[in-house]
Amino acid sequence: MIRLTRRYHFPASHRLHSRELSEEANRALYGKCSNPHGHGHDYVLEVSVAGPIDEHGRVADRAVLDRLVEECVLGDFRHANLNRDVPEFSGTVPTSENVVLVIRRRLAAGWPRAYPAPGPKLDTIRLYETKRNVVEQ
Amino acid sequence: MLITRREEFSASHVCLNPALGPEQNRALYGADANPHGHGHNYVVEVTIEGDPDPVSGMVFDLKRLKDFIRREVIEPFDHRFLNREVAPFDRVVPTTENVAREIWRRLEPPLAQAAARLHRVRLYETEDLYVDCFGDRS
Repeated sequence: MIRLTRRYHFPASHRLHSRELSEEANRALYGKCSNPHGHGHDYVLEVSVAGPIDEHGRVADRAVLDRLVEECVLGDFRHANLNRDVPEFSGTVPTSENVVLVIRRRLAAGWPRAYPAPGPKLDTIRLYETKRNVVEQ
Repeated sequence: MLITRREEFSASHVCLNPALGPEQNRALYGADANPHGHGHNYVVEVTIEGDPDPVSGMVFDLKRLKDFIRREVIEPFDHRFLNREVAPFDRVVPTTENVAREIWRRLEPPLAQAAARLHRVRLYETEDLYVDCFGDRS
């Protein structure tokens, strides 16, 4: 099995704060991540694609992948305030876990158009909030 | 448990299919099809799977792994033009996928003879693009 991974970068701000919890509970749960004005990260996003090597020596066309990620994710997330600018996070806390889930849903929705069957499969989404905090699914 | 050794080699390559015309190659491979080639500082990570030996505490001696990688990969690939100097890339397009797979092919047999189970070859063409080869496992 061969897996191709492309790495992307997007700076974005967010705030971790749940409306269902009190201010004290938010502070206890999220610590500094619940500071009221938010804070930012240079997120690193890795998108992995799996499949056999085709007759052109590739698992997937990189340009197609780049276009899909730009259209489905980066265009909305880059230089954005995730809580305010990305609709999915108006009611969902933009933890890295939830950001990975949203990214996967967006890419999965565009995948059949970009890579019609029996093309390569979307394998893993990995998100580095910082160099030390990484979430993948 | 997985253990990994990282090595580097600098090499040039061209990605194109000689059976296709320049426009088709450009459409398929983009700038990678520039006919005189271009280069990368490739990074290869070789991962072995196993359990630590109760006496040595090692899954596999990383010094020996380094020697295997240097002999089978770095010496033949480093500072070479892959298409012209490294088989099979005279007839197989040296995409990252094909180079990773060739590295697996070169490493797996000698490592298996040394009782090391090769788990993954990861090849970075750039910091933002890498390929994982897991052999024949799906």
